Amino acid sequence: MSDFTSSFWSIYVAGITVVSILACLLLLWFSGKARAMTADDNTTGHVWDGDLREMNNPLPRWWAWLFVITIVFAFAYLALYPGLGTYAGALGWTQVGAHKAEVEAGERETAPLYAKFAAMKPEDIARDPQGQAIGERLFMNNCSQCHGSDARGAKGIPNLTDGDWLHGGMPDKIKETLTLGRVGNMPPMGAAVGTGEDVKNLANYVLSLSNSPNDSVRTALGKEKFVTCAACHGMDGKGNQALGAPNLTDDIWLHGFGENAIIAIVNNGKVNQMPAQTDRLNAGQIQVLASYVWGLSNNGVKPK
Amino acid sequence: MFGAYRITASSPSRTARKTLVLDDNVAPIRKVIPIAPSPDKSPIAPPAGADAEMVSLYEAHKKIYPRSVSGFFSNWRWAMVFLTQLVYYGLPWVEWGQRQAVLFDLGARRFYIFGLVLYPQDFIYLTGILVISAFSLFLFTAVAGRLWCGYACPQTVYTEIFLWLEKKTEGDRSARMRRDAGPHNTEWLLRKSAKHFLWLVLAAWTGFTFVGYFTPIQELAAEFLQLRMGSWEVFWSIFYGFATYGNAGFMREQVCLHMCPYARFQSAMFDKDTLIVTYDEERGEPRGARSRKADVLALDLGACVNCSLCVQVCPTGIDIRDGLQYECIGCGACADVCDGVMDKMGYAPGLIKYSTQNAVNQNWTKTQTLRHVLRPRVLIYSAILGAVVIAMVVSLAMRTPFKVDVVRDRGMLARMVEAGRIENVYRLQIMNATEATQNFGIAVEGLPGLVVMSDKNVTIESTQARWVAVRVQAPPDAASPGSHSIYFVVTGQNGVGRVVEKSVFIIPR
Repeated sequence: MSDFTSSFWSIYVAGITVVSILACLLLLWFSGKARAMTADDNTTGHVWDGDLREMNNPLPRWWAWLFVITIVFAFAYLALYPGLGTYAGALGWTQVGAHKAEVEAGERETAPLYAKFAAMKPEDIARDPQGQAIGERLFMNNCSQCHGSDARGAKGIPNLTDGDWLHGGMPDKIKETLTLGRVGNMPPMGAAVGTGEDVKNLANYVLSLSNSPNDSVRTALGKEKFVTCAACHGMDGKGNQALGAPNLTDDIWLHGFGENAIIAIVNNGKVNQMPAQTDRLNAGQIQVLASYVWGLSNNGVKPK
Repeated sequence: MFGAYRITASSPSRTARKTLVLDDNVAPIRKVIPIAPSPDKSPIAPPAGADAEMVSLYEAHKKIYPRSVSGFFSNWRWAMVFLTQLVYYGLPWVEWGQRQAVLFDLGARRFYIFGLVLYPQDFIYLTGILVISAFSLFLFTAVAGRLWCGYACPQTVYTEIFLWLEKKTEGDRSARMRRDAGPHNTEWLLRKSAKHFLWLVLAAWTGFTFVGYFTPIQELAAEFLQLRMGSWEVFWSIFYGFATYGNAGFMREQVCLHMCPYARFQSAMFDKDTLIVTYDEERGEPRGARSRKADVLALDLGACVNCSLCVQVCPTGIDIRDGLQYECIGCGACADVCDGVMDKMGYAPGLIKYSTQNAVNQNWTKTQTLRHVLRPRVLIYSAILGAVVIAMVVSLAMRTPFKVDVVRDRGMLARMVEAGRIENVYRLQIMNATEATQNFGIAVEGLPGLVVMSDKNVTIESTQARWVAVRVQAPPDAASPGSHSIYFVVTGQNGVGRVVEKSVFIIPR
């Protein structure tokens, strides 16, 4: 009701509600009696078609009381719950409050479960069948929308199963990613590199880092231009997880493979975002989820 | 509120008056108005003797004090009371393996019925049960009238039990009527308190048993003893218990007369060959009191001694001698009590008996009446009922004890992986409806070279359901770009059968 700046509409709506309910009661009262022609044979005296007579078979009185009960219920409801204009109701019930209470009840219920996992090492949670099952459900509900049900991602969305990490693949790094989110920022570097030809040469050099098909002449020419990139990607092109700069030597192409895709990224740059989950998931859930995601690419690791 | 009835057109003979009138018939009208189109179109004039007055459209409740009765039909009813209540109160305590034999676990959405584990997806079986119940009701009603009402309906069964408790504490009909009219003294208080105490104990047990179908009853009993039942369990115990107490103790015939739809639509299922409780008017009338020693032939009286016992025992307070009425629940109490009176008088029993309209009107023998059981309506009901029962049994017997749902991954249409192969991702929900851990093999068919790349074996624990991500790959030249039908074949590895589910494989341009 926050749309209304004056209290008139609130009073108007509340008034109509109360008057309508009282009108129901009056209607019940006035319609409970009728003027009828009564004969001693329990008919109203009305005869149609020569032989069809209307009988007087009254409803039981408790039936009318049921109606009164609904009216009493209506007033009790309006007193307790929001229903009369802007009146909040004696119980102070709101949809948001009801949702919060439900969430809190759910968290209270699962708290002992997550407390158990909080004391465990992520490596152990990833191997615990219950931890895996919970992690899988959390992943399906919260991550699979982008990363896919099989966690293998898509163009622009990283594959979580391949052991290649932009920001680090240790459990505490994954936890950090989940909690705070990540922004990957590749600035447009075309001008810094030089002409269009220079960029094309550079792209061939980048392809050569992962032994992908490349033009060896252009590769040789592009090598010196890579100095511009080395600040983030490193001289050897192996990237820098502290900056979120991808490894260019591993033949994994998040934003597309080939000379044209690389030229586009160098010229236009790229901002890519992983949203923070801290408002949606609690610490216990993030702990289990991070362990599950770590386990996706470390299944073969033996317990220490 | 206002019912209508049509006075039968014919001479005021007995047969005519007994003609089935299924509208709100209350009393037979002796005055007969012949049917003829009235040329007079003037306003309806009230008959002579009618008065215009204000009448209340609501009627104060007239309490009915049914007299207790014993006899053949009463014994049958008590047998049904014991049978139905043994099942109702006893079933939750029956164990099946490690669990309650019949348990509807609403929280986990699993429904256990002896060896069966049903999921909400098995809702069709509930539909089947409802269809079977409906057709059974149609069939039994067509053949034998309101058998359900008179013998097995919970309203009748609990009223019977509550009446028995009432008789034990307050005495029979006349004693109860005297007490309600008489002074409210200590005895009144003690007897009424005892009655309500017994009623409430039984009602509470009934409510508790009801909840025991949804929460394991042994845990519930332990919770009850430690005073730590959940709030919903307390609510439903009290709600169901209160409904039992109110309906069986106070509402009684009001439920049948004003709340139950069955009484009102039974006319659609009755015909003149349907068994109903009938009064043999030809034999009974003219009724009248007489000495037991008097010679009935000399008296110019029928067999009815007008003792009014048939009215006193009636749980809905009607006089069966007025003919078939919608209030009659077909319990046969009047037949029982009348047979007792006939026996004392030295007359033949059966003045009030189960018979059909045709049999009474045409004086049929038992064999003739029985022959009319097999009529088209009954045969059609039986055929449909039989077909539905067979379909239900066959489908339960041939049921695969697991289910599979296939959902394409929502985030991704298709992707190209190494060597130009095309990959689609699906989520399979596999629901294990057995009470053992099962291994399932996942295979796929429908395109040349189509293979499952993810784990082909899934283990699912007893009665659990799990979503599994499944990657499916096709070679680059498997099919033209577009959408292609494929089939997931999920095979249970302990001989629990296989399920084939359709989906589509997308090949991008």
